[in-house]
Amino acid sequence: MRNFKTTALLLTVPASLVAIGLYAAPILQVLALSLTEPKLGFANYQSLFANAAVGRVVMTTLKVSVMTTVLTVLASYIVAFAIIHMSAGWRRISLFLVLVPFWISVLVRAFSWITILRRRGVLNSALMEAGVISTPLDLVYNLLGVTIGMVHYMMPFAILLLYANLSDIDRRIMQAARSLGARPATIFWRVWLPLSLPGIALATLFVFVFSLGFLVTPALLGAGKTLMIAEYISVQISSTSRWDLATSLSTMLLLVVGIIVFAAMRSPALRAAFVARPQQ
Amino acid sequence: MALLVIDDLAKTYDKVTALTGINLSVEAGEFVTLLGPSGSGKTTLLMSLAGFTTPSKGTIRLDGKDITHVDPEDRNFGFVFQGYALFPHLSVANNIAFSLRVRKWEKARIAARVAEMLSLVGLDNLAERKPRELSGGQQQRVAIARALAFGPRILLLDEPLSALDRMLRETMQKELRRLHRETGVTFVYVTHDQEEAIAMSDRIAVFNHGRIIEIGPPRGLYKKPSTRFVAGFLGENNFLSGQRADDDETMVEAFGTRFGSTYVKGRRERPGDSLTVWVRPEDIRIGQATGDEIGFRATVVENSFVGALERILLRTATGEEMVATLRSEVAVAAGQVVDCRIDPSAIGVLPNEESHP
Repeated sequence: MRNFKTTALLLTVPASLVAIGLYAAPILQVLALSLTEPKLGFANYQSLFANAAVGRVVMTTLKVSVMTTVLTVLASYIVAFAIIHMSAGWRRISLFLVLVPFWISVLVRAFSWITILRRRGVLNSALMEAGVISTPLDLVYNLLGVTIGMVHYMMPFAILLLYANLSDIDRRIMQAARSLGARPATIFWRVWLPLSLPGIALATLFVFVFSLGFLVTPALLGAGKTLMIAEYISVQISSTSRWDLATSLSTMLLLVVGIIVFAAMRSPALRAAFVARPQQ
Repeated sequence: MALLVIDDLAKTYDKVTALTGINLSVEAGEFVTLLGPSGSGKTTLLMSLAGFTTPSKGTIRLDGKDITHVDPEDRNFGFVFQGYALFPHLSVANNIAFSLRVRKWEKARIAARVAEMLSLVGLDNLAERKPRELSGGQQQRVAIARALAFGPRILLLDEPLSALDRMLRETMQKELRRLHRETGVTFVYVTHDQEEAIAMSDRIAVFNHGRIIEIGPPRGLYKKPSTRFVAGFLGENNFLSGQRADDDETMVEAFGTRFGSTYVKGRRERPGDSLTVWVRPEDIRIGQATGDEIGFRATVVENSFVGALERILLRTATGEEMVATLRSEVAVAAGQVVDCRIDPSAIGVLPNEESHP
């Protein structure tokens, strides 16, 4: 037994080395750079708070992330709720369709949205030809476009998280509610919704945290006009070589995400999401 | 008129028949048990009564009104689910109050009713607990209190005791009978446990293969079953082969003896027809037959002590085996040949299954 445990532990060593070498070490290096570039101290962090450009980028990031989270969780809940009510056959087909976007590169998806949403894109042309609008709508290269792309990217994750949570709920509880005289709307608000709060909390946290660090989608669909933190950091490193700004902003982002996750995990709803419910 | 009348009900899933030709009337205040092995259709009938399953054929009438297609939420039947299905996010009190809030009762009235229900099931000091903080027996009580809170006339119970251990099950049986007596609500109870059915019910409907095989009070079904299935399903029984005597149609020959059987009179059988004879283990006694008792000799194959009773396996003159349960003071040993006696009224005679219509 002891031998087996030692062997099992040894087997994790290669993966651990890779993780430390490729993940932990660079992060520590970023942290080190943020404190030493160009000279030792917290000066980089102080200047972050004084930097108006950084302030604007943070505000944009928050705005896009909140919008993305709200829209994604709302839409995904509707989809997941519908899927668990389908017959087994339709459920398989629907879950397959939910997974399809995973096979398509995020880059391809962003460019596809551009072809659909741009001023002379598919959607605007169709609407103009139909006579619904006379001048093309600004659907992309702005907050709206970025949000559309991000919601599209995040939805499969959120749907799967919510689907897992919703399909765990004992359906006899709904029958019990009906036998007690509750109609569908009452059952939804008083039973389904409270019972799915752990799933909703988990999906919200996941989507929000993921959105904060989004790079490719906002970069392409925002085209530099709607600038989010990740793209801003990327620009500081690759174009302007502002390592001090890039590393301190990266560290701040990591810290904020860490605090959010830590705080959220203390909420009862999220704790419930990670505690196995006793099956009755 | 009966409170609940089920008329020629049937349910078919694709090509599988779950229920067929169900006729059953339930009187107000009755405790009726639907008993049968799993897959016999008893739960399908209960779900049809609750409105969760739509029958393919037939009607269910409550007070003469057809409710076959009324939604579950409009039937006002209480339902106790297998596994209880309590609202895990609500306290005991709020679980019980659920149906009252749905019905928009006033606050004070709800509070009074919840308190009344809590004391009915003996959970007064657990009102603020969540279901997961309760034991199985306590959850069970909450489920019953919740189902009774809004004052249903009929309470449907789906194997409510199956998750509990033996001791608790017996306590809850008494508890359910008390609740039935005190509330006057009509109980329709599903179980596969024949002891439970016998102990609790006013009447039992025995199910097999989607049909009701027999309906009657427990005592009648136990003492005078008219089918081999019920004779074997309720309690322990010995089945032996017999035949109608060639020379006298009122006489039956079995296990090396012959006896008159009033129970078979009126059946259309001819001399020499083969029959099934049953006798319950507790009706076989050791000793010389007296009066009109049926006497026969048998060899003791083995005996085992099971507490108050001695279980004896006997081999009859025809080579068939039967179990007898005797009071422990009777001493018999394996290999011994003993005289046995049976009261004629304790013997059942059934036509063989092949000749049964």
